Amino acid sequence: MPEMVTLTIDGHEVSVPKGTTILEAAKSIGTEVPHYCYHPGMSSPAMCRLCLVEVEGAPKPMPGCVTTVMDGQVVHTQSEQALKNRRGVLEFYLVNHPLDCPICDMSGECNLQDYVHAEGREHGRGREPKRIFGRDDFGGDVLFYGDRCVMCTRCVRFMSEVEQDHRLTVVERGNRSVIDTFYEEGLDGTYWHGNIVDICPVGALVSKEFLHKARAWDLTHTPSVCTGCAQGCNIDLHTRDNLVQRVKPRENLDVNAWWICDYGRHGYEWMNRGDRLEAPVMRSAGASQAMAWGDALRALLAKADGAGPVKAIASAKSSNEDLGALKRLVDALGGGDIVYRSARADDEVPLKGFPTLARRTDLTPNATGADLVGASRVGDDDATGGLDAVSGHDGIVIVLNDDLSDQGEDFGANASLFVYMGTHASAGATHADFVLPISTHAEGEGSFTNLERRVQRFAKAMDAPGMARPAWLVLGALAAETGGGDAPRSAADAFAALGRSVSAFAGITWEDVGTRGALLNESVSVTGD
Amino acid sequence: MAYPYVSDHEVRVLSRYFGDPAQRRVDTYVERGGYSALKKAFELGPEKVIDEVKASGLRGRGGAGFPTGVKWSFMPKDSSKPHYLLCNADESEPGTFKDRELIRWDPHQLIEGCLIGAYAIGAKHVYIYCRGEFFEANSILARAVEDAYEKGYIGNDIMGSGIDLDLTVHQGAGAYICGEETGLMNSLEGRRGQPRVKPPFPAAVGAFGMPSTINNVETLAAVTHIVEHGGEWYRQFGTEKSPGTKLFCVSGHVNKPGNYELPLGFPLMQLIEDVCGGMREGNALKAVIPGGSSVPIINAEEAGRCTLDYEGCVDVGTMLGCASVIVMDETADIVKQVRRMVDFYAHESCGQCTPCREGSAWTAQILKRIEDGRGTEEDLDTLMEMTQQMVGTTICVLSDSVAAPVQSSIEKFRDEYLALIRRGERVGAA
Repeated sequence: MPEMVTLTIDGHEVSVPKGTTILEAAKSIGTEVPHYCYHPGMSSPAMCRLCLVEVEGAPKPMPGCVTTVMDGQVVHTQSEQALKNRRGVLEFYLVNHPLDCPICDMSGECNLQDYVHAEGREHGRGREPKRIFGRDDFGGDVLFYGDRCVMCTRCVRFMSEVEQDHRLTVVERGNRSVIDTFYEEGLDGTYWHGNIVDICPVGALVSKEFLHKARAWDLTHTPSVCTGCAQGCNIDLHTRDNLVQRVKPRENLDVNAWWICDYGRHGYEWMNRGDRLEAPVMRSAGASQAMAWGDALRALLAKADGAGPVKAIASAKSSNEDLGALKRLVDALGGGDIVYRSARADDEVPLKGFPTLARRTDLTPNATGADLVGASRVGDDDATGGLDAVSGHDGIVIVLNDDLSDQGEDFGANASLFVYMGTHASAGATHADFVLPISTHAEGEGSFTNLERRVQRFAKAMDAPGMARPAWLVLGALAAETGGGDAPRSAADAFAALGRSVSAFAGITWEDVGTRGALLNESVSVTGD
Repeated sequence: MAYPYVSDHEVRVLSRYFGDPAQRRVDTYVERGGYSALKKAFELGPEKVIDEVKASGLRGRGGAGFPTGVKWSFMPKDSSKPHYLLCNADESEPGTFKDRELIRWDPHQLIEGCLIGAYAIGAKHVYIYCRGEFFEANSILARAVEDAYEKGYIGNDIMGSGIDLDLTVHQGAGAYICGEETGLMNSLEGRRGQPRVKPPFPAAVGAFGMPSTINNVETLAAVTHIVEHGGEWYRQFGTEKSPGTKLFCVSGHVNKPGNYELPLGFPLMQLIEDVCGGMREGNALKAVIPGGSSVPIINAEEAGRCTLDYEGCVDVGTMLGCASVIVMDETADIVKQVRRMVDFYAHESCGQCTPCREGSAWTAQILKRIEDGRGTEEDLDTLMEMTQQMVGTTICVLSDSVAAPVQSSIEKFRDEYLALIRRGERVGAA
């Protein structure tokens, strides 16, 4: 138990561990002291001077981000002096700010807008011509609008302290200070630089990819989990018009803190693909027939009866719930092998300043989940090959969420029943008796298990196309019809069913997983919020 | 070469050999009693040296006037970390030219003071951070250090005492803010010359992250004489609270500008009239900046009441600073002078803290507009209020230094601003 210090902030008594800063202590009771240069993941230079608070007995206003609490301290964050300081500093920020909010990507989520709107002067007094820096291409995905910069140096510190690749610096001094790259090198070849766009409190650093694509207030933020690798970084999918417009990290100190890598950040376009499977299709005697889900599943069950042993291909991109439902169906049909293929990179891409975070070698989000339900990995590191045993199988073949991109049209030609569940049409599914459209993880609820066996939930960010349904819903219904029991009606049901059938998932509830995730094989439940 | 102007009122302790190039030679310095204070310090031991400096009442000559002995006693006693003594020779306050002269004419006096200081605080290494533009002073100092090493006054086993002390002269690269103590440390370490957030203070975490003390050139030069003659001896000069002598750098509209060493507490008007030979062409006195451009301006009436010690200056609403007396006569254009000072600060702001980075440049812009006859009366209110936001809100005091001349000049010379605003009429000729 750390030594506690009790102080008073805005009339509220608060106890925090010794060494806590005033800004963090205030945050713990829900008081957000405006700040720019402070970021919890980096050092505090105390230079924006926005978090100055009044501390009784101190001769000068104190920067909340570096002043540590003392017993009996009386702090005012909303007193006349504190407000006057903030109003003064905010006015200084606007002296040279271009106020080009109408064309600024940050507009709507900009700290300068918010702070000035809340506490700034109604009318500016600046009459002088503004300083002009113009724009600069920083390389990578980053564009720099120098005139909007508030010189908080978060980006410089991220690159030097967190990514630990000194690509940015402040050049010149005084009000000629400007962020710049070294020579023409820029940010090219760094793998975490997208984070500097996130931590820029204003619109000085913007993403080229997102530039002028959507207004912040038109975006819906949905908590999700990155599918780029086995790390399982917590992200928000920002959607508009049923399309993912961008990916932002979601704070989770246990997994990725505030950061995500550039692979994950830019790996979302596949979720927006248009050429999707939209209706269940039954093929017989060379003819394809789209049909209602009920009819399709009834026909499928009829054909499955006595069709022989099962060989299934799963996917490490599928959720725990999907994999659990597949496992139950395979067992109900008499059991059989489940295999999956996944891509692997040669090397990890670590974030040096945050050692538990890296772009992992395993480039799928749920290989751990697949392993836990008893699937075994086959094939090469580029997720090809390894399907010879399934390809010519003469019993039931079920393919879940593997696009069979390397397989020919003769795949599954000998199968007594070939069920292809996927998001896109594939040459490998030519002989499929049933082609069933399933939704992506962005289109439904579910969970992944990351490499440290942390189960993390994602939520539904967009509508599935046409009649596509979550795989757990389809597989769960088929398993219930075949083997008895209730069909899951929600992802929570499906997760509970998984817990009953796979012991590794036993003892954790959907609520335990919450928004922060829960480690498997831990009896203590992690509280979600 | 004789020193240009001297006065009978002077008490030449530190400046005794100003104008005598022979003093630069180590042999002459030793013949005249040099390095005996260092020997005496070694005999006294660090504690007694600090006690002696405390007894002298010596206050830091860099501007803040903090008691030197007390500052030294802040250094941790039982720390296994290396300690450093830094000598701040980055003299860059507009109007100041005393440290340069101390280095040029009597470099060994400074070196001896540095060695005594280092010995007192338990440092093994002294860095003299010398302003980059002082080419002549730098070469003289470098030569003196070389000589002192050769003669065994610096290095291992100094004068057979078994004590090792090293001294490095570091040449700055020309930024005003590197004269701020923590900015100096950053610069010395090879970082951007930006002041550091305090706490931690230099005595705990200073140069290279180690306990450090930083003193002004004049302070350390005075230490040599205090150790030589004793703290009580030093107190015969000056006042009770501001003991000792001080070099006054007088510039501006007087007949004999220059460096004058006077006891603290000397009346300002007597400095101007008797020591400096009165105002140029018999003009009337208009304003004085008694402590370098960072301190508030005083008018003729206040100057008449001002005595040149730390307390006497505070009494008339200004500060002694580093005693750089800038004298302006009736022909001076106050608005222009203030604008030029603010231009300087805007140029020299390191750019860390928002109030200073944006405020100093904005202040300069508004002043320029007023000077050009395009100002409004509201501008004066804006200036007063906005500069107030620059006082006490930043890491170092550079932004306070912008506020001081602006606020004091608007308070005391508002008519001059109004004349420009209302009629576009220039006061004065300069």
